[in-house]
Amino acid sequence: MNSVKSSSVVVAGHPCRVLQAGTGAPVVFFAGVGGLPKWSPFLDALSGTHRVIAPSLPGFPGAVDFRHLDDYHEWVVAALELLEAIGEPSIDLLASSVTGPLAAEVAGLARERVRRLVLVAPFGMYDDVDPTTDIWAQRPGPDVLPALLCDNPEHWKQLWEMPAGEDPVEWGIYLTRAMEAAARYLFPMGNTGIAKRLYRIHQPTLLVNGANDRVIPASYQQRFATRLGGPVVMQTVAAAGHLVDFDQPAELARQINAFLVDQRY
Amino acid sequence: MKNLWFHLMPYKDLPDDFRETHPSVWVDIDSRLLDGARVHEHYHEYLDELEYAGEVGFDGVCCNEHHQNGYGLMPSPNLIAAALTRRTNAPMICVMGNSLALYNPPTRVAEEFAMLDCMSGGRLIAGFPVGTPMDTVFAYGQNPSKLRDRYLEAHDIVMKAWTTPETFSFNGRYNQLRYVNVWPRPVQRPHPPIWIPGGGSIETWQWCAEMDYVYCYLSYFGYKAGEATMKGFWEEMRRLGKDRNPYRAGFLQFVGVAETREEAYRLYKEPAEYFYGRCLHVDPRFASPPGYQSEATIRARVQSQVAQAAAQARAAAAAGASARTWDDIVDAGYVIIGSPDEVAEKLREVCVNLNVGHLMLLLQFGNMEHDLVRYNTKLYAERVLPQLRDLFDDQYEDRWWPKPLQQRAVPRAVA
Repeated sequence: MNSVKSSSVVVAGHPCRVLQAGTGAPVVFFAGVGGLPKWSPFLDALSGTHRVIAPSLPGFPGAVDFRHLDDYHEWVVAALELLEAIGEPSIDLLASSVTGPLAAEVAGLARERVRRLVLVAPFGMYDDVDPTTDIWAQRPGPDVLPALLCDNPEHWKQLWEMPAGEDPVEWGIYLTRAMEAAARYLFPMGNTGIAKRLYRIHQPTLLVNGANDRVIPASYQQRFATRLGGPVVMQTVAAAGHLVDFDQPAELARQINAFLVDQRY
Repeated sequence: MKNLWFHLMPYKDLPDDFRETHPSVWVDIDSRLLDGARVHEHYHEYLDELEYAGEVGFDGVCCNEHHQNGYGLMPSPNLIAAALTRRTNAPMICVMGNSLALYNPPTRVAEEFAMLDCMSGGRLIAGFPVGTPMDTVFAYGQNPSKLRDRYLEAHDIVMKAWTTPETFSFNGRYNQLRYVNVWPRPVQRPHPPIWIPGGGSIETWQWCAEMDYVYCYLSYFGYKAGEATMKGFWEEMRRLGKDRNPYRAGFLQFVGVAETREEAYRLYKEPAEYFYGRCLHVDPRFASPPGYQSEATIRARVQSQVAQAAAQARAAAAAGASARTWDDIVDAGYVIIGSPDEVAEKLREVCVNLNVGHLMLLLQFGNMEHDLVRYNTKLYAERVLPQLRDLFDDQYEDRWWPKPLQQRAVPRAVA
């Protein structure tokens, strides 16, 4: 495992943790539902080929404050300010799940800063005929979210295993808070209107989904693809659920690396 | 002490196998269960019952707000209250209440409550619940992360709209209104009494204390489960330096009266099992959206005695929520049954222990037939209520009771 550096940046007066490891071209990763309770096997795999920068978006583990952000627009600005605070002039931007639309908006608005875009099972659209799963209306219980979000629930449980010495109440709040943060800009149906703005993304974009995603229907990948303004590559990862980075970290890292270095785009 | 007659207005024809064949009574309950002709009958029967309660001497009659709910047919309680203003003249009309964050703009509540207060001649009690997750977050799509803030801002708009003589602008976080000047204004000045139905969150207790509002615990699980919550409430009041005036509090209790306890046991079994078996069959996936409960409440629940009292209440309720047979329901205290003297003695004890001066009674529950509702109501009014009326009156003033007009209009005969 590459040694991971932890630092902090300030976005609109509120601190956000930044985890970093690896060498090479910089990639920034916005984590999916629940955020990153710790440095993950996916980030570790990707840091074998890239300098991986994993900032915490407001409300996700590593960044406590988020209720100052009232609407989707303010969240997009916060995501942009997070990139500005990290300070890299040009990065590849990767985002999973609930943070997908924020990354897509930033890619469309800050074209000079985002070289390439990777969206893994992104939220942002809703179709009555093929609806997404309501992640905020789930029965209580320790096995429910893992089974919903991952093809193998153990992958979730491993990443969310409470470290020794941690307060169990606070540990539980990390997840509740991250679910609330995502709800704050996506509730009730995750329809952000991004469909109207995807044309702004001229950068080459990789769309990835898990073959067994129980949250975002498979058809949504094509909905994103047809609207993007630049070259699009679409991939599906076998034996992966909604959080592809949890279920197939090495394979996802391999596919992302292959796309990022592909000279055809 | 005040005795108020509360109606939930349940749909009485949920099938016998409802629990097995339907996942939830709330939010996504199957609309094909509804028969409009039966709903028509229900509304008139239930209004008859509320009017009857006023006739036989209850101090107030109550309605409430629920959405997409098989046990509550009042998505608009104000419509029910409006009907009551015409055919009742004595009882106070307690709308428990308008779920403030669901009204756009919030001035709608200020207006409709002002209408109700004027129509009733100053008999309105204004209830402002935050609202359950089922009603607010899932039926009405309100963001759980913003619900309480929206509610508080809506409250501020309503109160300012009632008490500011001039037209004013409101430049809020969630509402921007340039010209606020509600017509009419309430008859009661500065405003009707404000009661807040809550479910045990510490923020609600603290807010009620700060604002000098009545805190009403509308639990369906009776006095045993309610004791821990009310203990927690009064402990918080003590900590905040408030007096123990029981009229600061309201409490909901199901009651079934008959000449003997055995008779009550026989009469009220089916409607109680209907209510607790079918009406409370809520899919737990709707119970706890993230952000509905504040982090402070989550932490406090394991950190303070007050919170532990609330936690015990919830645990008692959760454990008791499995009580669906009549014996368990009675043993757990969800429904107090007995002869008039037994019921009066028990309720007196409950009100003293919980220190509650506003007792809200559910004398219609589940699929109870109309004749039984009248019987329960009449027997309570004639033989129970008189034994309770004097409680607390020599010690405390009810500062949260309406002050109606002395002279009130009476509807003329139609022909």
